[in-house]
Amino acid sequence: MSEAVTALNGATYDGYVRVEDAGLCGMISLRGDLADAKVKKACKDVSGQGMPKPRMIAGGLDGGIGWMSPDEALVLVPYAEAPAAAARMEMALKSVHALVVEVSDARAVFTLRGEKVREVLAKVTPADIGALPVGELRRTRVAQVAGAIWLSDETTAHLICFRSVATYMFEVLSRSAMPGSEVR
Amino acid sequence: MLTLTCPYCGIAADETELSPGGQAHLTRFGPGASEEDFESYLFMRENPKGVHIERWRHSNGCGKWFHAARCTATLEVFGTYSAQTTEPPEELRKIISEKRPGWSWGASS
Repeated sequence: MSEAVTALNGATYDGYVRVEDAGLCGMISLRGDLADAKVKKACKDVSGQGMPKPRMIAGGLDGGIGWMSPDEALVLVPYAEAPAAAARMEMALKSVHALVVEVSDARAVFTLRGEKVREVLAKVTPADIGALPVGELRRTRVAQVAGAIWLSDETTAHLICFRSVATYMFEVLSRSAMPGSEVR
Repeated sequence: MLTLTCPYCGIAADETELSPGGQAHLTRFGPGASEEDFESYLFMRENPKGVHIERWRHSNGCGKWFHAARCTATLEVFGTYSAQTTEPPEELRKIISEKRPGWSWGASS
């Protein structure tokens, strides 16, 4: 099989916040009743996490569940495990009205590190990033495209967007993190 | 800037995170309907200066459609509610009537 690479192939930018391509991440999109016991169990079996409360994310990129909408969750697993994990979930949810799709290669993931991650993100999105609690997954608009943002701690933010806009997203974030563009 | 609270995810979404969906609570007239009904379904829209009841989609967010009631003259938002209904909830109608006596909206006022 051909070697899988991300859209940006590991690009980084060192501004007053560091913008990194987070590399290959396994992602499984699940639609269904998130309160259903079988759905919860299938998600937990592959990610090791319980179903998060609305708008929250449980765990992180190497094992987590993000609440995307009342009937959609994004299950995060290591990239290499994603196809098998999706197959396992599909088997487990055979009798439930649910849809499981592996979307690892349809998304791009970024990690932002630095004291001022909130500021860099706030400049390019209408969401109130200053008030975003750590661990809340905020789906919003980033400049002209959709993105999902969460903070895993006060100085680390993660962002997921469509792979087709990865270059645009990287440039927007890099420009926002450019030294000299700090908000005074 | 218009800010509507999505009833599905609870986010106070900025106008730029939403997509407008036009007049709410239309009755669909399809094949077999009279030409007058079909024309009014396609083209005739309420457009008062004041209370509007609209459909919106939280497109840069949870992706759900919902309903919103707002005033086009002042941009005051009276409330938002679920899409799984054919008319504005009684409670919301009361709020609007208190603030804008005599308002009307198509067949659902």
